[in-house]
Amino acid sequence: MKSRSLWIACALVAGALLVALGWAGFTPIETGSREKLFEIPKGTYARRRAGDLVEILPDRIQLTVGLQDVLLIHNLDDVPQTFGPTIMMPGQSFRLPFERAASYQFVCTAHASGQLTIDVAPEPVTPWARIRWRVREWRENHRK
Amino acid sequence: MIVNFVRLIVSLLLGIGVAAAAPPSLSPPDDLFKAGTLSPAMPAPELSLAGSDGKPLTLQRFHGKVVLLAFGFSNCGEVCPITLATLAGARKKLGAEAADVQVTYVTVDPERDDAAQMKKFLGSFDPTFVGGVGTRAQLEVAYKNYGISISKKTNADGSYTIGHSSSIYMIDRFGRLRAVMPYGHPVDDFVHDLKILLGT
Repeated sequence: MKSRSLWIACALVAGALLVALGWAGFTPIETGSREKLFEIPKGTYARRRAGDLVEILPDRIQLTVGLQDVLLIHNLDDVPQTFGPTIMMPGQSFRLPFERAASYQFVCTAHASGQLTIDVAPEPVTPWARIRWRVREWRENHRK
Repeated sequence: MIVNFVRLIVSLLLGIGVAAAAPPSLSPPDDLFKAGTLSPAMPAPELSLAGSDGKPLTLQRFHGKVVLLAFGFSNCGEVCPITLATLAGARKKLGAEAADVQVTYVTVDPERDDAAQMKKFLGSFDPTFVGGVGTRAQLEVAYKNYGISISKKTNADGSYTIGHSSSIYMIDRFGRLRAVMPYGHPVDDFVHDLKILLGT
């Protein structure tokens, strides 16, 4: 009797898992504009000059093409900061969309190494790619 | 091995229905730039150079027009010809509206590029393009203000080539730096963004 109940429970769990995977793999990903915001805090330049190797941005940023992922960097510092092709004045933000999947290297004065890599992944169109995308999103949101 | 097996099982369970799954076909709204945009828009750093057309080259001179500003040199073998051909193509595609678009190309090689050289080089792409030349000191101000990085590489025979920032700065009719288009975008992306800046 106990064994039968256990089998039923396992079957239910497996069924639920399959339904979840089916949803994650087959349901199209629909998003509005997804701005990935990164802020350069006030005092970053001063802290660096004082010898503090403050890490304010990650080494790599992951975006996905076709899902309206847009990089948004906001300079809250008191001095201009260079990011990639431009200089951001204090209080200014730079919004950069990507339409091609590739790995991009940018000069970034707010970054300890002076460089930032942005990995732009292709649009997730296969079930497996959608599952991976949703798992990554869930993990990122969970981390916050 | 295990990962592949799991993938296989999941794919089989899901019926490998790639074709059946509708793709997330969302495209960006038209009012969004293809280029990177700066917000709030601030006045573009002024230029104080000599123009290849014999007149002083300042941004003030082009107020009322949309200015596309880029940096390069006439002996450039790869990046500059592609950039200039793209900008010429964008102007051509804009038709009559191109009258309100001014391309300015500032040299990163003042030792070899004078006004006549830049005029000849730019004229082969579009005779309306205006080059910016000057002394090293004058040009350094522009490089600093726009964050232009330049690296000179000398070859064994004494000749040299120059690596340089290759983005295109998009300045609106009011002299504000609105957007920066990274190198490599096609003509249609420029046309798209120029139409926004032109308000058409």
